[in-house]
Amino acid sequence: MQTPAHAGRLITPAMVGVALVLLTVPLWIAKVGLYQYIGVEILIWAIYALGFNLLLGTAGLPSFGHGAFFGIGAYAFGLTQFHVAANLWVCLLGGILAASLAGALVAGFVARRRGIYFAFLTIAFGQVFWFIAMKARNVTGGEDGLLPIARLPADFGIVSFDLTGNTALYFFVLALFLVTVVALWRLTYSPFGRVLSAIRQSELRAAHLGYQVVLFKMLAFIASAAFAGLAGSLFAMAQGGAFPEVMALHYSGYIVMMVLVGGGLVSFWGPVIGVVVFLLARDLLGAVTLTWMLWFGLLFVAVILFKPEGIAGVFQDLRRRFSRQPAQAQPAARSTP
Amino acid sequence: MSALEARQVHVRFGDRVVLEEMNFSVAPGELHGIMGPNGAGKTTFFNVLTGRVRPSRGQVLVDGKDVTGLPPHRIAALGVARSFQIMTLFDEFSALENVALARPAFRAQALHGHRAAIGDAETDAAALSVLDEVGLGSKAQVLARDLSYGERRALEIAVALAQEPRVLCLDEPTSGLGSDGIARIAEMVRRLKGRLAIVAIEHDMEFLFGLADRISVVHWGQVIARGRPDELKANPWVRRSNLGRFG
Repeated sequence: MQTPAHAGRLITPAMVGVALVLLTVPLWIAKVGLYQYIGVEILIWAIYALGFNLLLGTAGLPSFGHGAFFGIGAYAFGLTQFHVAANLWVCLLGGILAASLAGALVAGFVARRRGIYFAFLTIAFGQVFWFIAMKARNVTGGEDGLLPIARLPADFGIVSFDLTGNTALYFFVLALFLVTVVALWRLTYSPFGRVLSAIRQSELRAAHLGYQVVLFKMLAFIASAAFAGLAGSLFAMAQGGAFPEVMALHYSGYIVMMVLVGGGLVSFWGPVIGVVVFLLARDLLGAVTLTWMLWFGLLFVAVILFKPEGIAGVFQDLRRRFSRQPAQAQPAARSTP
Repeated sequence: MSALEARQVHVRFGDRVVLEEMNFSVAPGELHGIMGPNGAGKTTFFNVLTGRVRPSRGQVLVDGKDVTGLPPHRIAALGVARSFQIMTLFDEFSALENVALARPAFRAQALHGHRAAIGDAETDAAALSVLDEVGLGSKAQVLARDLSYGERRALEIAVALAQEPRVLCLDEPTSGLGSDGIARIAEMVRRLKGRLAIVAIEHDMEFLFGLADRISVVHWGQVIARGRPDELKANPWVRRSNLGRFG
């Protein structure tokens, strides 16, 4: 991922554009044949995918067990609600904290491993957490899930917003999505994020420049798990429960597919594109055929074979082509911001 | 006191002895060259000096302080920088970013996640002056992968220089270059000479004999001859070893 044009800014034009479009979604989503809940789902998975891409796209660490942290966030949100305090902020914090702690534990084991060993260890840990979720029935509810998790009101002291409706929840999740975007943009192009990217490009050089590679990898892993925990918490609230399914291996695979198809390796926004395409494909293709996954799978294969940079990579190519033609008046954009 | 010193360094990979009782030192301001045939153990020796390989026996000292067995990032932080024979650059970063990331000032803030790394004028100015020093000032914004081979060789050195090291270890800095390129790197190293301790592994005889204060000839993991360039030229071992023709 090359450094994009607005890397130094806190808020970029692209962010403003995305925010404006997303703010209008509740107005037209029903008119195009979709429904409010898919908007909530897309934003939650986008938070998850953006956090995941800090690890995969920026640091170059392929985690195939990330569903664990998403699931742990969901369970922790519910358990905090049941046993600690039925307060939205406390529960969100609980979800983020639990996922971060689990992330720290796993990071301690995997951060020294590379390539296939790293990938396999993350799968193994993902399976361990999934198994625990399935078997610890008295805590997690096993296969039936942890029920019922309430959509707690967003209480700001002076005003309190009821989030039980899908539209209200959409705006709440949108706010957190935008916070995530700003935070991760900043993190990705901060000194810390630049070192992560350097480590992906040459771990050897980074070490000889004085960077403690393992420490940076661990911190990236924990941060990524924390965002997965936030997304998982919101998912528990959206679904009204926490279920082991999202921790299963194939769900951990989905997030990798979303990020790769969208173009997370070349663009900050790639993961968001991937989530939108994946979830819309699920609903639109899924309405036509039960075998929608076959078609999405084929798309995935096509992307990996013909355009490993993903959909964002296609956009970048088009942009480069069009920005070069007008007499080279301005230097070509270095990357999609 | 030596800026960097190796005492009785011994390295074994399995039952293969790669380095045997290597003694070596470089004083502040000195340029100490290392020459020898392929497979003599030169790069392994660099890996020992910079913490990548832990010696089976022996000691490595930086400014008299024992650093044997410390990991690369700790040794780098003590002021030992290295370049690589096989180019090891951050290809997706611009030349400027490559250099900026190497600076101690950047390293000191590397855990900062809350502020932007880009557009920090002070860092950029310092990084630019390093690029100027190796003649890449006008290529600051070019991605490392888009630079020419010769420019990448220069950037390889610039990155190490940006670390503001006390000891600079250059592993075949002219590798793969034509005579013009070699001359440019030689000129660059000549300007650096005296400012810091330099250890240079090099195959190009003209380069080494023209620049080095002392040269160590390594063969079979041992130093078989050491001395000033003019002393070595007269050394029958070196003459017989057919290591190259002297200009």
